[in-house]
Formats: sequence, C-alpha cells, structure tokens
Amino acid sequence: MKFLVCISNVPDTTTKITFTPDNKEFNKAGVQFVINPWDEYALTRAIELKEAQGSGTVTVLNVGEADTEPNIRKALAIGADDAIRVNAAPKDAYFVAQQIAHYAKEGGYDVILMGKESIDYNGFQVHGMVGELLGIPTVAPAMKLDMNGNTATLEREIEGGKEIVEVNAPFVASCQQPMCEPRIPNMRGIMTARTKPLKVVDAVGEGAATEVAEYQLPPKKQGVKLIPAEQAGELIKLLRNEAKVI
Amino acid sequence: MSVLVVVECDKGEVKKSSLEVASYGAQVAQMLGTTATAVAVGEASEANLATLGEQGITKVLFDAEPRLKDFVNGAYTKLIAAATEQEQAKVIVLANSNIGAAVGSRLAIRLKASLATNVVELPKANGSSFTVKRGAFSGKAFADVVLSGERKIIAVKKNSIEALHNAGQTAQVQAFSASLSDADFADAPKQVVMQDQAGGILLPEADKVVSGGRGMKGPENWHLIEDLAKALGAATACSKPVSDVDWRPHHEHVGQTGITVSPNLYIACGISGAIQHLAGVNSSKVIVVINKDPEAPFFKAADYGIVGDVFDVLPKLTQAVKELG
Repeated sequence: MKFLVCISNVPDTTTKITFTPDNKEFNKAGVQFVINPWDEYALTRAIELKEAQGSGTVTVLNVGEADTEPNIRKALAIGADDAIRVNAAPKDAYFVAQQIAHYAKEGGYDVILMGKESIDYNGFQVHGMVGELLGIPTVAPAMKLDMNGNTATLEREIEGGKEIVEVNAPFVASCQQPMCEPRIPNMRGIMTARTKPLKVVDAVGEGAATEVAEYQLPPKKQGVKLIPAEQAGELIKLLRNEAKVI
Repeated sequence: MSVLVVVECDKGEVKKSSLEVASYGAQVAQMLGTTATAVAVGEASEANLATLGEQGITKVLFDAEPRLKDFVNGAYTKLIAAATEQEQAKVIVLANSNIGAAVGSRLAIRLKASLATNVVELPKANGSSFTVKRGAFSGKAFADVVLSGERKIIAVKKNSIEALHNAGQTAQVQAFSASLSDADFADAPKQVVMQDQAGGILLPEADKVVSGGRGMKGPENWHLIEDLAKALGAATACSKPVSDVDWRPHHEHVGQTGITVSPNLYIACGISGAIQHLAGVNSSKVIVVINKDPEAPFFKAADYGIVGDVFDVLPKLTQAVKELG
C-alpha cells in the first residue's frame, strides 16, 4: 500500500509571533521551524501501518521553498521512504491542495494522510479540498485509523463524540491525537535519511483563492486583578457585578 | 442571490453555535440587501427550525432523509451544494466546527468558492472587495483575508458573534430534497458513540469552562473542578500534561494541539500557562487564574487571579457561587 503523508513547515509551538513591517507576512527572522505537530500523527501512523503490512511505501510531501528541507529530512529520519517537495511558497489552502491532489494522482497513492490543521494558518481546509479534487472520501478529523486490506476503519471526532467510519482506499484522512505516539528520529534513521530520495518538483494548477491583506496581534490584556486567597468568594461577586459573565 | 446558512441540529435542537451562524448570515444578508435561507443538517425538528426566524432567517430548507441525522461528509456536501444552487447563494455561512470545516472545504472546490475558516467578525464589504477577520497562529494573531471568488464560504468561530433574538419572528420551513443516493453515504458512520459529558455541557459549545492542570495533583481531586463547574453551569477541561497522563480524556484537552475554546469565562486551576496552552484559550472573554505560584506565566494573560492553593480556593468559590443563588 502506498501512503502519502503531507507535512507542513511551521514555527515552533513556543514562537513569539511577529510580522513584517507591512503586516502582510509572518516574520521568520530567528524563528525555529518544526514539522507541524498534527502532521506528526499522520506520519507515524503511516509508518506503523506500513510496518504492520510488511510492505508498501511512505512518501512525504511538502509544499515549500528550499528552507523546508531540514524538516523533510527529519520526516525521512523518522521513517518515511522518500519525499517530494513542491518548490513554491504555500500561498493558501487551495493552492496547497491543488499540489497535493496533482502529485497524489500522479503517484497513484492509496492513502493520503495529513494533520488536522497547520498550527500557523489554522485553516483545517486542505484535507477536504484534496478529497474533493480527487473525488474520494475524506475523514476529518480522525482520531484512530486501522487498515484491513483495502478497507480502513476510522474514528472521526464530532462535537461531543465520535463516529466509527469505514471507507475503502483511496481516501484522505486528517489526523489528530490519540491516533498514535509520534516517533522521534533515532541515530540510524538520521544517517539513512541523508541518502533517501528527495524529489523537487514544480508547482501546478491555478493560484490562490484567498489573500491575506493584513495580520494583527490581539489587543493586550489590561493586567490581572488579584484577589487575596482568603477572600476567594469576592472573585465570584466581581465576575457577576463587574465582568458580568455569570 | 441570497445568503445560505448551514445550521447543525442535535436531538431536535439547533446547536448554540448554529444560532450564532444564523445570526451572522442574517446580518450579512442585510448588508448585501438580500435574505438569509438556512439548510438544516443533523437530527432536526421542524418546530425548532421555525424559531430560526428569531435569528433573522426567512426560510429553512429541510431534507427529511433519515440518514442525514448523523454526520456524513459526502451527503452533507451534496445537500448544501444543491441548496446553494437552488437559492443562487453567493455567500454560505457555517460553523467552524468539525462538521463545518469538513463540509466547507469540500464545498469550496465543488462551488469554486473562496473559503475562510475560524472567522471572528462580520465581513467588511466595500464595492467588490469582501474581507473577513480570522484567527491564525493558534489564537496568537488575526488575519484580514480577502475572499476574491464570486462565491464565498465563511466558517464562523464559536462564541465570536452574539446570537440575535427577535422574539416572535418565525421562519418558513420548506421540504427540500437533494436526491441523495447510496453513493453519497460512503462515509456514513457504522456506529456513533457520544461522550458522557459532565452536566451535559459540551466543551466546544460551552460559554463557561473550568479547567484543571497538573496542580490538581491527581484525577481523584477532579471533583473540586466538577463541583465548581456544576455550580456555574460550566464545562470541564484540562491542560495537555493532564490528558497525556490519562487523568482526563483527550477530548477535554484545551491548547494548541487540543481544542481551542473561546468561552465568556475560563477558570484555570493549577495550570502554569505554557504558551501552547494559552494558544487554546486566549480568545476567552474573561480569564481567571488560580495558582499557588505567583510567578506562573498564566497570570500575565489573566483578567482576575488568586494566588493560592487550589484545594483551599476551589471549595470557597463553589460555595460563593451557590450563595449567589
């Protein structure tokens, strides 16, 4: 079975967010980038399923410029077999989805996995767009994924519960915890990752469907009002009479 | 041309987030000089759908196909696409829920529409330009996004828009059929498992949340969180370390890689306030932090704080809420 895992290159979760002076782009200066944490569930689960099947391949795909390669190599070190980098800045979800759909079709992948959303843009859109572009089912967001031959059993999270869904490959799933325990690279993985194939391809399709006019930071908090612990009950009065939230 | 609103129903009731979505859609319709039509998904009742008039909805389309009771991505997408064509809708508004995002992203391709998720304000429409504000960087920033497509899909973040209540207004409920076939139900669930929620309040829908961290010292102490939550009518939540060690289920984990909440009131008990946790809660209207460490970073993001032992403070708060009556 051929797995395609889509990864996105995002600022580390502890990053302080700032923007370029025109507020049109994220300021990358001095920022450490990581594999999107949600995508790590997709990657590890694909590797586990391949291992369980005893055959097959896991390919990672990233839409990004050359500076994303360290994280692509990291995915290879975790256990993917090869990688595709679509050489373009990821303009928006539609742009990225077109790239994934095109190269997924070209490579004849059975299972397309990705994280629930990226922690930078928080679009939660690419999975459905890819499924629709390819005319195959999408299961989003998936908390569990098992394969039996060509059939997958997934747990799809809905507000307040979950649905148990069965679909046949090919399909798309967007992944989240508690699907698996994401793996970290070991020394052997890091050594072999250096020589695994990483193909760089050109972007295809139409441009973006949306454009960011301006980024803004949230307004600063006024500062905390402290209530002495021995008068804890006063807090409840303030929440009713001052903040008016209870 | 009209505005189409997708309302999610559960056990016959319209979800609170969908009342907000309906109100959003009605206000967009007013801006554009048109009317708002709703299409219902989930387990709906006709009588409750008619009350969407209070949120400014003129007409509600309702397909009585019983298999639409549970979420099916394929069927919901086709249903909403058919309603969009019938109503000639140019703007489609849905909730930024798991269902809304799953359906909205497929619809964006099918209808060749520009999609914005996680939207927090009414749009700014100026001539042909149409801009919405959405949350980005896991709650650490906002982005103004231009939707240039002829059709636009907007997924509205929960608790960002006040639901309208125009008492006495009713919407006309119309039977609607999208001629769904078995193929549209390929991803229909074999089984649906609902969580046993404390007090019956779903965390993503809650407007008050009481949340506990490692400072609670163990799952056996969670009754302190639950008692306060029950007194307030709040949902319970937890930090990532707590769900990682299985003190609480993963669906209660609030934070960057858990769920994002934006309630009116978020009370954090024994949570230090790591940046990843703040990302999941910092759009809450009022944040209260209780922690015995005065240096806990969460105090910097809080509106009210108590420096003290949660085991001493929580029972006092619960008592004070009960005394309010």
